[in-house]
Amino acid sequence: MVGEIRVAINSDQDIVSARQKGRVVANELGFSSGDATLIATAISELARNIVSYARKGLITIKKVNGHNREGIAVIAADEGPGIPDIRQALRDGFSTSGSLGLGLPGVRRLMDEFEITSQLGKGTTVAVKKWRQ
Amino acid sequence: MISKRDVASVPPESKRNEEPSELLRELVAHLRQNRTQLREEWVVRISETRLLTAMTKEEIFAEATSVYDSYVEALETEAFEALQAYARNLSERIIPRGVETHEVVGIVLLLRDVLARSLFAKYQNDFKKLNRILDAYEPAANRIANTVAVGFVQERERVIRQQQEAIRELSTPVLQVRERLLILPIIGVIDPQRARQLTEQLLRGIRTNRAKVVVIDITGVAAMDVTVANHLVQTVEASRLLGATVIVTGLSPEIAQTLVTIGVDLGKMNTVGDLQGGIEQAERLLGYKVATLAEQS
Amino acid sequence: MEVPILKQGAFLIATFQAALSDADLNQLRMGLVQQVVKFRSRAVIVDVTAMDVMDSFASRTLREIAHMIRLRGAETVIVGIQPEVAFAMVQLGLTLEGVATALDLEEGLAYLNEKFKVTN
Repeated sequence: MVGEIRVAINSDQDIVSARQKGRVVANELGFSSGDATLIATAISELARNIVSYARKGLITIKKVNGHNREGIAVIAADEGPGIPDIRQALRDGFSTSGSLGLGLPGVRRLMDEFEITSQLGKGTTVAVKKWRQ
Repeated sequence: MISKRDVASVPPESKRNEEPSELLRELVAHLRQNRTQLREEWVVRISETRLLTAMTKEEIFAEATSVYDSYVEALETEAFEALQAYARNLSERIIPRGVETHEVVGIVLLLRDVLARSLFAKYQNDFKKLNRILDAYEPAANRIANTVAVGFVQERERVIRQQQEAIRELSTPVLQVRERLLILPIIGVIDPQRARQLTEQLLRGIRTNRAKVVVIDITGVAAMDVTVANHLVQTVEASRLLGATVIVTGLSPEIAQTLVTIGVDLGKMNTVGDLQGGIEQAERLLGYKVATLAEQS
Repeated sequence: MEVPILKQGAFLIATFQAALSDADLNQLRMGLVQQVVKFRSRAVIVDVTAMDVMDSFASRTLREIAHMIRLRGAETVIVGIQPEVAFAMVQLGLTLEGVATALDLEEGLAYLNEKFKVTN
């Protein structure tokens, strides 16, 4: 795999293509197909947040090297309205399946590492990582 | 002995012409020419140093020949892929026989030294040239040693991973007791990694065996933390997504307490006191369905 | 991308493709409900065997489909969720609570046949 893959998110169609590309990268990096499904699902959720709340943004998928291990990083960036209360957005609505929330707690569970920065009126960036077993 | 006169006698123009690659070519030609003798010397050193004791003389000789040729080729082409592939292949063959990392690294370093000594012998009267030859030889030789060692270690790690995988699968068998009924007896300590693997294994098992009912017996699980309890709940939920009903048996009072504390609705989970009771209930569930299906056919 | 809806006796069978967009899903939701009304179907089987990702939107749409169809007096069975997809779904907290599920189309039909005692 060379460098990183960027997928511009402008419509719901792009959600599908982002998660498909994510799965391809995950497979190339040697993730199990179970992990590749988790990664693709996380990308789908992140891309959907962009479409729903910011209308457009960018998903970047790349390989990362950690201490003695390799992984995949997914960065979802938008210049949307931002999240007023991050802590609330991360609160786990575990049992309220299919609720209209941001799905961020779920994404956090799907991946190993999760970072979010958001500024009102400026946009939101979510960076997640998963390490290969 | 190298005298000052010898050094001075090297014509200055030869220095310009002798690019490292040219030196390597000369070096390779030398190693090819003396292949039989150098290889023999190397094999003798290997047995003197008591390396590769798990292998017969003939085997060592055969491998030594291949390694020697790959080595020279890697020096010549400066392409390490073929050598890497050979190292992996060699490792695959000798790891099951108990060859250790230090032995593999040892023999490659021995070869490096044997070849270096022959270079000393050949160029002993031309100190400057010897230096330049060694300048070209050493980085390449070190890279080769590195490549072989890394190849071996990677192969070993792969084998170990594979074995760990196999052990883990053995430790959580998904048993089919009768058609469409699976039993998953969980024994021992469950960490999140094992919990996850267990779930994946069970889900695959449900699919391949077309199971309708699963009995998860956790009698053998002493403690369960919040993470693992959540995993258990998720396993039940995921199984249902595949159309299978899960019955959990052997829930100790302590674990039941944990589940209640973390807010797991035990009412949603189908729990039966012990394994036998669980199997009976599973058969009732299945029996009912089998009977109605039989009526229709 | 169109989702084919097949009429089989008193049941409707909708087969999802791998790469359904949100618009496709919304269209399917409307289409299915209309067809249930039109054919007076007793149940709908939604076959998701081909879906390699089931995110919150797809899951929510399935639940909504099941809910709307129940309001029409019919039942919905989701069949063919892949093991890996099921694992990802529960991680996200998507459990399709209250919606019937079955291993595959065959199982889904068996379940409905038993429930409605229909012979095809």
